[in-house]
Amino acid sequence: MNRRRWLAAAGATLGSAWLAACDRLNNDPRFTSMLQGGEGLTRRAQRLVTDRRALAREFSPSDISADFKANGTTRPQDEDYVALLANNFADYRLVVDGLVERPLELSMAAVRAQPSRTQITRHDCVEGWSSIGKWKGARLGPLLDRAGLKPGARYIVFHCADTLEQTLDGSGQYYESIDLIDAYHPQTILAYEMNDATLPVRYGAPLRLRVERQLGYKHAKYVMRIEAVDRLDQIGRGRGGFWPDRGYEWYAGI
Amino acid sequence: MGDKTRPARMLIRRHSLVTRITHWVNVLAVSLLLMSGLQIFNAHPALYWGQASTFADPWISMTKEEIGGEPRGITTIGSARFDTTGLFGWSGKEGMREQRGFPAWATVPSWRDLASGRRWHFFFAWLFVINGLVYLAWSLVGGHLRRDLLPTREQLKGRHILHEIVTHAQLRFPKGEAARTYNVIQKSTYLAMILLVLPIMVLTGLCMSPGFNATVPWLIDIFGGRQSARTIHFISAGLIVLFVLTHVALVIVSGFWNNMRSMVTGRYAIEVEEKSA
Repeated sequence: MNRRRWLAAAGATLGSAWLAACDRLNNDPRFTSMLQGGEGLTRRAQRLVTDRRALAREFSPSDISADFKANGTTRPQDEDYVALLANNFADYRLVVDGLVERPLELSMAAVRAQPSRTQITRHDCVEGWSSIGKWKGARLGPLLDRAGLKPGARYIVFHCADTLEQTLDGSGQYYESIDLIDAYHPQTILAYEMNDATLPVRYGAPLRLRVERQLGYKHAKYVMRIEAVDRLDQIGRGRGGFWPDRGYEWYAGI
Repeated sequence: MGDKTRPARMLIRRHSLVTRITHWVNVLAVSLLLMSGLQIFNAHPALYWGQASTFADPWISMTKEEIGGEPRGITTIGSARFDTTGLFGWSGKEGMREQRGFPAWATVPSWRDLASGRRWHFFFAWLFVINGLVYLAWSLVGGHLRRDLLPTREQLKGRHILHEIVTHAQLRFPKGEAARTYNVIQKSTYLAMILLVLPIMVLTGLCMSPGFNATVPWLIDIFGGRQSARTIHFISAGLIVLFVLTHVALVIVSGFWNNMRSMVTGRYAIEVEEKSA
């Protein structure tokens, strides 16, 4: 019995020391950057084995989820957005600028006149759940070609209408970014329809990005402006997106 | 000295350097994968079957409910409901309880932080996979798998297996020459872990990656869809926990220090009968 109690006590002591050590390491920036090394390895390994044009699985209409979950902002309170919504987005203009030859300002009618694609895909949230939905939208590739990317452009940034976190410096505005491989992927679209109806507000009206093959938080909702850039460190907190700025992977193919 | 002295003990070479190193790297990687995995699970503490989530009808879930004006942790499995306050769904020190799937002592970090949990998980997943590949390659080429882990024809006879199960249940362990090698229960358990559960863990883990899904679309079908894969990932983790608990318990009761020495230095003591005595 003595030995058993000794072992139990030793186990409990080791356990709590282990937990405390993990928590301390978690808050050590050097340790965090070591862990992030794994992230770069993951992205490179995936780019290595993945055909850059490989399509995400597409499903049949009977697979569509009746209970598609809406996360993040579901009703933007930002003044500009509220005004646009009140007018049913008649005054909405999608801005395409940055490192482009011909900056664009497109009405919803003009966006709908762009080459489009319809797809039934699975939306995988970083939290672990999945929902299947049907999306129709303007393909991003032809839209970028219309604006004409300048040679220096490396990333496409999506600036959104919604403030997800109230901050003093405005860094709580939602945004996301992807590289040109994903920007020109055939399934990357700016969706204006969901399940054969106009895209509802809680899912990102009037336009939301669909970048299949990446997790849900990359699929920026309420897209107002698309900016071509050569670097990401000048935008937001510099990590390429609202959630990447808060510790999540920029490359969310995992 | 007389007849009452203990039988002579002899140190034999039990574990190779590769086995010992990969074993302890595995201890580190699997513990952290488990704890960061529970952190990730806590972001959405519910599991489903099929491709997509059926939010109203998870097969397992951990939630908080107000019952009689008091918050309780409720775990559901199928249609069964359990009050798991303090453990699953609603846990923490009295007065500081919070809603969470698994409790703080089971997750890395201890507070709710999905982004950090994922960082730990993916880093140690790489370590686990590389370590596992080194072990497997060495075991195949070096003969460890065939020599030490594959049961012999003799061991696979029904009567022998029955005998092993009975003596195991009585916590009577082989002595002398029979202690030199793994017994049939050890061999089959280790093989099932190495060749079945751990690879399934890696494969279902890969199924969580939407990028990898597009690369190898058939893999996710083997497991019946993404949510099924998440479920199987969770169940396999449970099997690993079960294995580790049993393994550690048996290590303790079958001669803790001797076992520890053999996994650290490689030397294992067995009792030998002296023929000349």
